Amino acid sequence: MSLHPILAALRKHKAGVVLIALQIALTLAIVCNAVFIIYSRVEKVHRPTGIDESNLLLITQQWVGAPSMDTPAGVQQLDSMLRQDLDTLRRQPDVTSVTSITSLPLLNSSWVGGVAVKPGEQTPGKNDVHTAMYFGDEQMIGTLGLQIVEGRNFNASEIAHKGMRDQGEPPIVIVTQDLAKRLFPDGSAVGKVVYFDGSSTPSTIIGVVRRMQTPAVGWGDNFTWYSTLMPFRINATFSRYAVRTRPGQLDAVARTAAAALYNGNPLRVIDEDDGVKRFGDIRGDAYRADIGMAVLMGVVCLILLAVTAAGIVGLTSFWVGQRHRQIGVRRALGARKIDILHYFQLENLMIAGVGAVVGVVMAIGLNRLLMSKFEMQSLPVYYVLLGLLVVMVLGQIAVFVPARRASNVPPVVATRSV
Amino acid sequence: MLGYYLDLAVRSLRRNKILTALMIVTLALGIGASITTLTVLKLLSGDPLPEKSANLFYARVDPNPLEGYVPGQTKPDSIMSYTDAMNLMHAHRAVRQAAMALIDAKIDTQHPNDHPYFADGVMTTADFFALFNAPFQYGSGWTADDDESRATLVVIADFLNNKMFGGANSVGKTIRIDDRDFRIVGVLKHWAPQPRFYATDLGGHDYGDGDAVFMPLKTARSLDKGPQDTECYASVSDLQHLESAPCEWLGMWVQLDDSTAVANYRMFLDGYAKQQVALGRFKRSETSLLDLMSWLSDQQVVPNDAKLQTYLAFGFLLICVVNTVGLLLAKCLRRSREIGVRRALGATRRDIFTQFMVEAAIVGVAGGVLGLVLAVLGLWGVRHQPAQYASLAHLDVEMFLVTFAVALVASLIAGLLPAWRACVVAPAPQLKAA
Repeated sequence: MSLHPILAALRKHKAGVVLIALQIALTLAIVCNAVFIIYSRVEKVHRPTGIDESNLLLITQQWVGAPSMDTPAGVQQLDSMLRQDLDTLRRQPDVTSVTSITSLPLLNSSWVGGVAVKPGEQTPGKNDVHTAMYFGDEQMIGTLGLQIVEGRNFNASEIAHKGMRDQGEPPIVIVTQDLAKRLFPDGSAVGKVVYFDGSSTPSTIIGVVRRMQTPAVGWGDNFTWYSTLMPFRINATFSRYAVRTRPGQLDAVARTAAAALYNGNPLRVIDEDDGVKRFGDIRGDAYRADIGMAVLMGVVCLILLAVTAAGIVGLTSFWVGQRHRQIGVRRALGARKIDILHYFQLENLMIAGVGAVVGVVMAIGLNRLLMSKFEMQSLPVYYVLLGLLVVMVLGQIAVFVPARRASNVPPVVATRSV
Repeated sequence: MLGYYLDLAVRSLRRNKILTALMIVTLALGIGASITTLTVLKLLSGDPLPEKSANLFYARVDPNPLEGYVPGQTKPDSIMSYTDAMNLMHAHRAVRQAAMALIDAKIDTQHPNDHPYFADGVMTTADFFALFNAPFQYGSGWTADDDESRATLVVIADFLNNKMFGGANSVGKTIRIDDRDFRIVGVLKHWAPQPRFYATDLGGHDYGDGDAVFMPLKTARSLDKGPQDTECYASVSDLQHLESAPCEWLGMWVQLDDSTAVANYRMFLDGYAKQQVALGRFKRSETSLLDLMSWLSDQQVVPNDAKLQTYLAFGFLLICVVNTVGLLLAKCLRRSREIGVRRALGATRRDIFTQFMVEAAIVGVAGGVLGLVLAVLGLWGVRHQPAQYASLAHLDVEMFLVTFAVALVASLIAGLLPAWRACVVAPAPQLKAA
């Protein structure tokens, strides 16, 4: 079929053609970027934290009338209370392992410091690598289900304890593989020494774990995988315990854990809502805003595509109505139904094609704009191409109904005077 | 005449119900989405203290080491050390000045069955309430003498007063906070500036409920209350004595009533920094004095997602308007013959133009009403999100009016092209064709 008659006819409807093309272009630009945002959020939400997330609980509690964490005697007393709690929890049925811990990945409550390969001079260097510190005992690795890829775990005898506000660097630490590579790009980190927070006391790396995310949510994107495990029980007026349960017993333990702790020592507060948290809930809370954004973007995309399709149906229907007579004449002159159908389909393909090409340019432009204003990645080419395909197919689907109505115009209308 | 156009427009809209419904729904979706996101954005980027924000300034100095310092580019940290805050406070160079940090206050309800619970609090200095125009229901704030004598007194928020004392005048009564008895000296009226500007970067939330208790800084510190956020610029041996530690944990606000006062204070601040450099305490002489709204934009308090959603919604509205233009155009070109007849019977181009614009306006108003319903639904959805600002998302009168303005402007813009095309229809060929 020659394109010439189609082009000639389109020239008579410049405004309509421009509007449909513009709408397709805008839709393509927005949908491409929205889907890309959805993809990046979904990717972020699904990345593993590096710990074994199933069957894991976090208990946060606060002692009432606790001794001071700033006197040696108070710290001793707090530590014995903490060890009593660990004992209580470890004796619970269906509990496989327990550690005291200061935070968990995605908990958004963190202890962040700087780490360097050279001793500091009492001032944390601004070039130090940021790292999130997890303080726990020898059961920390096992309870969290971390994988040691090099070196070894802490021994029970290597675990010390200190007041939350007491300074002092540990003689040994375990770091994540990413942090190890960042600090020691050329070779193994095990056995090497590092210095925390500008201190001049060396800490030796004794082990490397494959992966462990920091507790930070929505910030700290430059050190997401730089975690350090420290062999300390931290003594404060509050404490946290990570509890691993037997498979399937998570809910049972979650129900009874608080009561067991109250039983051992009633002088404490365990928040009814947030005191005992399954790791799944921690993850859910951390990513709720991202999921909400992704869902919103998805809904907007669907509505946009529907609106654009409706617009195409509306304008094409109008053209069909207007060209009723010409269609009759063409049919009378021997055009088959399929020819009429193809005519409108081809016409739409041309308009949508022009719109889509403009849309590709706009999509890339919009992406550049968003990149300059927000933290966004560059839009991959295949997204744009996929978007192009989607709007072209959408155009064809939308045009089908009015085009079929056009093809059903009987040849006899040519002979009728209107 | 307008009545006649209205009649014509309604008839024409009725003739093709599906097309009309499609136009209205499209426009309503665009409007609903933009008004929802715009309401949230307005709420988030609003002026928390409109009557005073121009006179409030946030002061910063920079005690960090020289490493990594680029003169003129590196900005000072957002909080201040105790030494610097107290030096600036005691200089009394502003009309009013207050230093503050956020705390967690354990409040004992003193009901045998209730556990104590934690509430947000502020530890600050005497000028706080006058500085921020915090309104009192009962009593008043404390004095500078109370600050120095570390008096155990407290100002509580209305909601805490309602909870503990049933809303009665509780001035003079005691409340147990962190296992200590505090004498209540004042009860605030409802006061929750949005955003909670005085707390940005002190480690608290930016939006949502106001603080429950306000207590003198030195009192709180003598009871070992720690700030929510601490940043140290040198290695620390003793975090317990934050007053002497090389750590920043206070926000410093001053009131300056005119541009001379601002210029003078800026000079004073620069002079202070230079003096500290000379004394060897500072390595950098950078200072910053931003007014409230500049400080908020510097802090980027408004979440990026809210901005992104607003962009998206207006892109969406643009597509909806383009779509409505197309549909209106189709409708009006289909009526070329009717226009020809009306022109032949004496209607001027202006008449035709007005008639079609009236039709577009009707679509706009209908779209606006439906859009408003969608916006109310959208805001209901926002309120059920886990965001800090969720509970604040309500449509106010202004946004109610903006909705209709947006709807009308959008539909009139959408109507322009079709109406112009309609009014240039030449009557003769249309009549001949018939």
